[in-house]
Amino acid sequence: MRRRDLAHLSDEALVPLVARSDDTALAELYDRVGRVAYGLAYRILRDEPLAEDAVQEAFLGLWRSAESFVPERAKASTWILTLVHRRAVDLVRREERRRTEPIEGVPEPSGDSAEDEAWLGFERERVQAALRQLPDQQREAIELAYYGGFTQAELADRLGLPLGTIKSRMFAGLARLRELLEEGSWSRQFTT
Amino acid sequence: MEPTVHDLTAAYALDALDPAERERYEPHLATCPACQEELASFWETTTALAHGAGGPAPGFALREQILSQARSERTNVVPLRRRFALPAASGTAAVAAIAALALGLWSSSLARDLEKTRSQRDAQAQGLAVLADPSARQIPLNGANGRLVVSSSGQAALVVASLAAAPAGKTYEAWVIEDGVARPAGLFDGAGDHAVVALSRPVPPDAVVAVTLEDDGGATAPTGDPLFSTTL
Repeated sequence: MRRRDLAHLSDEALVPLVARSDDTALAELYDRVGRVAYGLAYRILRDEPLAEDAVQEAFLGLWRSAESFVPERAKASTWILTLVHRRAVDLVRREERRRTEPIEGVPEPSGDSAEDEAWLGFERERVQAALRQLPDQQREAIELAYYGGFTQAELADRLGLPLGTIKSRMFAGLARLRELLEEGSWSRQFTT
Repeated sequence: MEPTVHDLTAAYALDALDPAERERYEPHLATCPACQEELASFWETTTALAHGAGGPAPGFALREQILSQARSERTNVVPLRRRFALPAASGTAAVAAIAALALGLWSSSLARDLEKTRSQRDAQAQGLAVLADPSARQIPLNGANGRLVVSSSGQAALVVASLAAAPAGKTYEAWVIEDGVARPAGLFDGAGDHAVVALSRPVPPDAVVAVTLEDDGGATAPTGDPLFSTTL
């Protein structure tokens, strides 16, 4: 099958092709999700070779085990990004190189189309706007955990707080963020 | 300690558990539908966080690096079977995460159904054994959440999630359709969280499996359009 023919397939429809060792389907998924996957890994690891390693391991994990994907349970992009995240935090914990500041500067050109870049920029701003609306302590817990790779126990240590406090900040923060993002998508539906 | 384990879902979705906590949480997750549902929803939120990460784009070389590594691992061209020969846990973080994401969640609920149904009828149990067969093909369904699992010998079981129970006086009936002829393959009521149905006849490679709603007792040929079917 030529790559061109895959463009109309959903991410979820590509996974069974990957399970049949169709590397053009793997390439198509990489073209769709690789940009966000690498950005995420780099945000956590702040190191190009390590970020590449995290992304590569995640896509090869997909390649080796695509038949175990259950579309009823998660979107393919969620699956891939969860793999990338898991791999990246495992690496950052091993390397002891956690960085917590946001990344400064303009992302390098990626060869993506202008539409893709615009959509990514829009998504990024939507999520960051939702994060800014969280109470400071919840935002801190979410960002240090998700982008910083800290475990809840490490966060309790670092912030000098009981573990229970960290747990409830994470839970409340993630639940509130979910609400904010859902509201965001509603208002987008109504305004377009 | 159950409530405490329950509370770990957000931290698990954020990958903020250490290995010992993960090991404590995952078995709980496998048996707790509320946590599974919560986790699926939190994963959508963490996917949004991934989009908000704002990191740079990858270099052009990474794509080719991944593809050539993937191709080099494609040791032969037997579709669908090959990777089942690999050990279930090859030890990488990626594989562990996949197990939790997909296999763990889904198979554990299957395993419970298998346990429940196994004692009922020998024939049924025999059919359900296909679910435990790691080399079985898994074919997604069109029109319903679920899959058809088919062993190499053609023995098959249908697994359908969130199906409404059949109305009074009606039953779901499965059909194996080959060369335009539909043959009855079993009745089920669809009650419960999900239905696991061992088909009463084998499914040849080119056949389609479809399900219709029929009067109690079933029909010898489908009387209406399929509610859902396998895709080929």
